[in-house]
Amino acid sequence: MSKIPLILKREYLTRVKKKSFIIMTILGPLFFAAMVIIPGWVASMSDSDEKTVAVIDHSGLYIDKINDTEIIKFEYIDPTSEDNLRNDFAGSGYYAFLIISDNLLVNPNAIHLYSGVGITIDVRDQIINSLRGYLRSEKLGSYEMAGLDQIIDDINKVNINLTTIKLGDDGSENESSTEMAMIVSLVFALLTYMFVFIYGAQVMQGVMEEKTNRIIEVIVSSVKPFELMMGKILGIALVALTQVALWIVLTGIILSGVKMAFSSESDLASRMTGIEMATGNADATEAIAEQSNSFNYDKVMSNMESMNPVGTLILFLLYFLGGYMLYASLYAAIGAAVDNNTDTQQFMLPVTIPIILALYVAMAAFRNPHSDMVFWFSMIPFTSPIVMMARVPFDVPLWEIVLSLALLVAGFIFTTWFAGRVYRVGILMYGKKVTYKELWKWFRYSGK
Amino acid sequence: MPFLQANNIVKKFADHLALNNVSVEVPENSIFGLLGPNGAGKTTLIRIINQITGPDEGEILLNGKRLSPQHIEQIGYLPEERGLYKKMKVGEQALYLAQLKGMSRHDALKKLKYWFEKFEIQPWWDKKVEELSKGMQQKVQFIVTILHSPSLLIFDEPFSGFDPINANLLKDEILNLRAEGATVIFSTHNMSSVEELCDHITLINNGKSILSGEVPEVRRRFSENLAQIEFSGDSDKVSAALEGSYQIISNKPVGNYQTLLVKMPPETDINQLLRLLIDQCHIHSCQEVLPSMNDVFINVVNQNKTIS
Repeated sequence: MSKIPLILKREYLTRVKKKSFIIMTILGPLFFAAMVIIPGWVASMSDSDEKTVAVIDHSGLYIDKINDTEIIKFEYIDPTSEDNLRNDFAGSGYYAFLIISDNLLVNPNAIHLYSGVGITIDVRDQIINSLRGYLRSEKLGSYEMAGLDQIIDDINKVNINLTTIKLGDDGSENESSTEMAMIVSLVFALLTYMFVFIYGAQVMQGVMEEKTNRIIEVIVSSVKPFELMMGKILGIALVALTQVALWIVLTGIILSGVKMAFSSESDLASRMTGIEMATGNADATEAIAEQSNSFNYDKVMSNMESMNPVGTLILFLLYFLGGYMLYASLYAAIGAAVDNNTDTQQFMLPVTIPIILALYVAMAAFRNPHSDMVFWFSMIPFTSPIVMMARVPFDVPLWEIVLSLALLVAGFIFTTWFAGRVYRVGILMYGKKVTYKELWKWFRYSGK
Repeated sequence: MPFLQANNIVKKFADHLALNNVSVEVPENSIFGLLGPNGAGKTTLIRIINQITGPDEGEILLNGKRLSPQHIEQIGYLPEERGLYKKMKVGEQALYLAQLKGMSRHDALKKLKYWFEKFEIQPWWDKKVEELSKGMQQKVQFIVTILHSPSLLIFDEPFSGFDPINANLLKDEILNLRAEGATVIFSTHNMSSVEELCDHITLINNGKSILSGEVPEVRRRFSENLAQIEFSGDSDKVSAALEGSYQIISNKPVGNYQTLLVKMPPETDINQLLRLLIDQCHIHSCQEVLPSMNDVFINVVNQNKTIS
């Protein structure tokens, strides 16, 4: 009877019971949820410090034209007191002072804001928005045309909302979203990359632990080295899958919990808009504000659905498992070949390079998911798990996916076979400085 | 028929010949000493018997059958370089290793309870291995090795790391195992324990078997014809009687008596010696002195060195 299930169970349970696993599993979703929530939350945390800004208007054109807000007050003071203010700003109690030296329609640079500390975006935006509104209406007024206000308003309302529609083979229409596809492909490519690295390294550490502990000799007198290697690789794969599954579930729970809490208070959307308002410059802010108005939860969901989430998830699992298996066996071979952590470096490099290369190609895949280069990299088993996941949201033909998966399976069977041979010799070798030549010898040697 | 038979085993590593046509026969229900200097090829042979590696040439027969994977469960192996998972709990780990040897969880649990009680280590069950001293870990490893009642046991330096009390405990257990029918292969550099425990030995040097046989017979083979006699009386008379072909190596008072060590000429035995002495003094005891296994080991290995 094969001992693999027994080994797999131990590898799985000891890792899942580890504190570090439990902490990561809890922190991961908190981190993901925080990435979604915190920006909105921070923006919504209104600054409660009242600030008074002194305004010195040498032109005399803009008295009382800047609107106060709840916490930002503007106080117009006599232009002659400018010197006093400059000399004793700290004692004046003002947060900042604004100097307008000329007609802003003639000279837009004739306005300066001085402060002892950094100016908050809120203050800056309030000044710009108020003055711009006023200047605009001034300018409009100067044309002396009746009803111009309405015309401009009308013109501003012209907007194009391009809806991209995917035609199904049966003629059914599906709304698709390029942005959404990019985000999905980025997330999956990064997840695959991350997990192959993290869990591949765990396999290596596990093998090295057995070797340096010298428990290996006891174990290989009971089971075949290949069984031990496979049990470890599969056990750790299950740990990874458990972690992904828990992350998805927990993140979902946290986000929906937060959404409920928010919607009872006020709508999240307005808070989300708040961030963009706060960060962009004035023009962009407006553009984004416009977009945000059309931001629609249902639409996002329907976009998601048009991307076939179940299919994508299944493909993610297949590519993740395939990629992991491919690299994990190589990591196992490295762990078996060396005596300690410092010796791993020389062998890590050739394993790491294709993974990192794959990530770069994946980035290119967002721009042109069907270019020749991207196509070939999504076929080569060493890069396909990451590159293909980046392509999948952009409608890859089925035959390409099937071919790439078949190559991936062939790839990991090959690396597992190769690694298994190096592994069984390596785990019992101590005190030798291992070179590539030596590895090749082991590989050939264990053929007997 | 020997229980374990290794026939003409050859094992090459990249740049050297680890085993050069080695044959070993281990009789059933005996303790067999596998001896040799460091790097002689003992561990390689043991690994081949454990099917950790395969021989390049030759075959191993266990109970007359060619060694195959189903024999793994009949073998218990305590390697010289041994370790446990440091972060794993003692009991859990022992259970795991027993299951790897093919025991059911239930049986393993029952037997582990028995052995943990016998070795008085039940309180360690839930401790992590890293909390145990080296000697304690060795005890756990010993239990794991014998737990599945293997018919062939292989101990490589089993006593290293043990205090004399625990070493004795282990010795008794090894003798017990033989009494219960197991065959034991015992590899060590501690020659006094070889004399104490082993029935047969084989000495390997440079990948070749250079000496084998039953322990008393091997010692006799290297006998220098020494006799030790305790007597009281006149030492001069004794010396005079042995004048000639006998060579007195030492003659010193021990307690109330004199202890005499004599090298006898070839082809003479202790009877002839006694005949010469019996009228000269009062003899209290007499015995043939055989070389220790330590002497045999050094002697044979050095000789082998000069030959090769």
